[in-house]
Amino acid sequence: MINLTINGQEKAVEVDPATPILWVVRENLEMNGTKFGCGIAQCGACTVHLDGQPVRSCSTPISQAEGKSITTIEGIADEDGTLSKVQQAWIDVQVPQCGYCQSGQIMSATALLTKNPSPTDAQIDAAMAGNVCRCGMYGRIRQAIKIAAGIEQPTTKETIA
Amino acid sequence: MSDAETMADSPKKKGKWTRRAFIGAGVVAGGALVVGVAVRPGNPIDRLSPMLANGQDEQLLNAWVKVGADNVVTAVIPHVEMGQGVYTALAQMLADEMDADWATVRILEAPADKKYVSDSIGRDFLFPDLEVPEIFEPTVAGGILELAQAMGLQFTGGSFSVRATGQRAMRTAGAAAREMLIAAAASEWNVPATEITTENSMLSHAKSGKSEPFAKFATAAAEQSLPAKPKLKSPENYKLMGKPLARHDIPEKVDGSAVFGIDANVPGMKYAAVKAAPVVGATVASMDASAAKAMPGVLQILNMGDFVAVVADGYWQAQQALNTIDTQYSKTEGDDLNLDGLFARYDSYLNDAGDDGGDIETEEGDVADAFVRATTKVEAEYKVPFLAHATMEPMNCTAWVRDGKCDVWSGHQAPVNARQAAADAAGLDFEDVTYHNAYLGGGFGRRSEKDNIEMAVRIAKATGYPVKMIWSREEDTMQDHYRPSATSRFQGGLDADGKAVSWSNIHTHLFDPQEAPTVPYYNIANHKIRKVDVPTHLRFGPWRSVDHSQHGFFIESFVDEMAHAAGKDGYAFRRELLAGSDRHLKILDLAAKMSGWDQPLPEKHGRGIAFVPSFGSIIAQVAEVDMSGAKPKVKKIYVAADAGFVVNPDGFIAQMESAIVYGLTATLYGEISIKNGAVQQSNFHDYQMLRINEMPEVEVQIINGDHKRLGGGGEPGLPPLAPAVTNAIFAATGTRIRELPLSKHSFA
Repeated sequence: MINLTINGQEKAVEVDPATPILWVVRENLEMNGTKFGCGIAQCGACTVHLDGQPVRSCSTPISQAEGKSITTIEGIADEDGTLSKVQQAWIDVQVPQCGYCQSGQIMSATALLTKNPSPTDAQIDAAMAGNVCRCGMYGRIRQAIKIAAGIEQPTTKETIA
Repeated sequence: MSDAETMADSPKKKGKWTRRAFIGAGVVAGGALVVGVAVRPGNPIDRLSPMLANGQDEQLLNAWVKVGADNVVTAVIPHVEMGQGVYTALAQMLADEMDADWATVRILEAPADKKYVSDSIGRDFLFPDLEVPEIFEPTVAGGILELAQAMGLQFTGGSFSVRATGQRAMRTAGAAAREMLIAAAASEWNVPATEITTENSMLSHAKSGKSEPFAKFATAAAEQSLPAKPKLKSPENYKLMGKPLARHDIPEKVDGSAVFGIDANVPGMKYAAVKAAPVVGATVASMDASAAKAMPGVLQILNMGDFVAVVADGYWQAQQALNTIDTQYSKTEGDDLNLDGLFARYDSYLNDAGDDGGDIETEEGDVADAFVRATTKVEAEYKVPFLAHATMEPMNCTAWVRDGKCDVWSGHQAPVNARQAAADAAGLDFEDVTYHNAYLGGGFGRRSEKDNIEMAVRIAKATGYPVKMIWSREEDTMQDHYRPSATSRFQGGLDADGKAVSWSNIHTHLFDPQEAPTVPYYNIANHKIRKVDVPTHLRFGPWRSVDHSQHGFFIESFVDEMAHAAGKDGYAFRRELLAGSDRHLKILDLAAKMSGWDQPLPEKHGRGIAFVPSFGSIIAQVAEVDMSGAKPKVKKIYVAADAGFVVNPDGFIAQMESAIVYGLTATLYGEISIKNGAVQQSNFHDYQMLRINEMPEVEVQIINGDHKRLGGGGEPGLPPLAPAVTNAIFAATGTRIRELPLSKHSFA
């Protein structure tokens, strides 16, 4: 039996302690927002927070979460459902396309802004380069992070020539 | 087909448009294609009602729209959402024609039913050049439906959704629904229909001061006959089309609630991990699963012949157990093949074809004569590798086969095909299968194949309980249906003025679209384009922009080589080739202007231009690269695009950004290689993806050049990218790149 806290709730799960956090969250706790992408910590789709630190849940055994607090994409909005600044910026900039990688992107961006409320482009690169977006929304991800940080305001550009 | 008189002879023949037979017929690769018949005014409303409407409060108006008692207008979208924004764009088109209140419009994906096969897709897929006579344009669910049904097309791909289904079906459905509502209100109010206006899902009659919501007349409207020719809006009256409206599917993609195929949750389901034979066509000769059997959670170990499956209580348990199984495979003819050997095979077929062999795709004038007489002769050979799709969501499917029924959950680009594949694999009838489609975590063509559906159904049939099959990333990379590798050879001739006078090309394979290797938009008097089919055991599949992904690179690289040989600038040379085509020139000029083409750049920087019309859209791109480091750094991509009329500009721009990243990833890194018949790459460490730190700035401008004939959005942004980048590298360094990816080349 492994005791852990997930999105503020205490849970006990009976699994092999070597099971990656990803599969415990998805299959035992039935929270599907965290995604499987590569299984070897190369794409970031599975990113969750462990005591506030971003980790790749596909490659982190549940034993490491014993007695710690896991936060997933389902746990970053306010309790009343108000979206976090990062989530709202993601909508404002219309970031997601297929959306599959976006839980991981948002978790990485959230961790970055918690640690560094006003990141430079290089710091955004460093924090986000572990998250692959096959739909290629990197430009929008960068812009959304800056808007969430209050560094930039949403803009509309004239695009019809 | 019931009426033999309506059958045309061949798919290639352009049938005459008569009232009785307004479409031809024939066969396409891989599937039966039957006959189109005359206008078939059948309204499928009766059969579809139970599937879409919830009880008596809702009335279906026609196959693409419903109006609820709460006055909510629901657009029924016969396409799947894979990030391209199709739900929103198609709903915009329908709602605009209907004058529905956008704030309350809802979206419902059509069920995987043959009635939802889009007739417009059937038409554009099979007969892209046919102009539809006006009399047939607005018929709802007309005769081409039967044709498309026969092909199993409920297909999302080919950049077709907006330009075909949207332009033909959704707009027509919206306009028809509006006219039926007006007719119902006119009858009830006893006023002329021409005096009734519509706005924000309300019907109004100014003279009498009457005003009621659509819902009030939904029942009566459903009893109206379908208008033969609903009137579509002209662009100056568009209220929603042309606006960058926010996508409907985005809110649930930022809070983790969006449901993808892999998120299917069926009570009591178990999990399967699979490993297919590494060489396509091989089967399991023997396997030692003794260790796997003893592992925790393992329920069943299945030798399925072409693959091995482990079913367990959890996916991770299944995968861990699978990893311990030692499997031997049968020998195949592909076992000895390496990538070098395959390209050598391409060379040998091309050599054998010589100057006159192979299949002629297009020919005009006398290429041989023009080339002999040319003042300057240019020759070049280009190569591109196999590419995997690498959707972020690995292939998966959940299935449950029991009591003569089958349920399937997945995200698929062709739900009707998926349902049929499930039926075939389960040994059941189509009607016995319920197919549940979900969001696609990337499609790009990969999710138009049926291998994952068949595998999951076979596993579920063997177990009897619901099973979620998930492919590992390794399996996803090594068992793809790949973008074909290809070799292409060119000879071009220039006259004394540096004008292009001949263009000869021979290349390996042709998949789709048929026009991908051709250059009808360039004024070159003599041209001849041929192909040779070369056998290869790897499975081919459509990959974003399909054959344009290879030929865009081949053609636009060679045009650049000809420009250089002519002593001309790449932009100026293309202007000459496009002389007289104003719409094309506008786009080329816009891209050049956006990029500041004439402005100086720092040392070791270069600009490259490329121009590729595809999927009905005209795109020019200018790439700016910095070659001062050890690796090429792509700094900025300028995109000028004419897609006829862009329905959702922000969504269209997002597609351009996306296609650029997909194309740039392939240009920089993409290569699937083969050793002893098997794919060598397995995961993102050796099949590298572009990441945020490598993202170029992207600037897009749109020209709406023809609101009657729309172009696609999902794919056309890709083909010009690779040649724009490699032409820029040439401008910066003088090094001509004739083989992709760039990671094969040293720039130090």
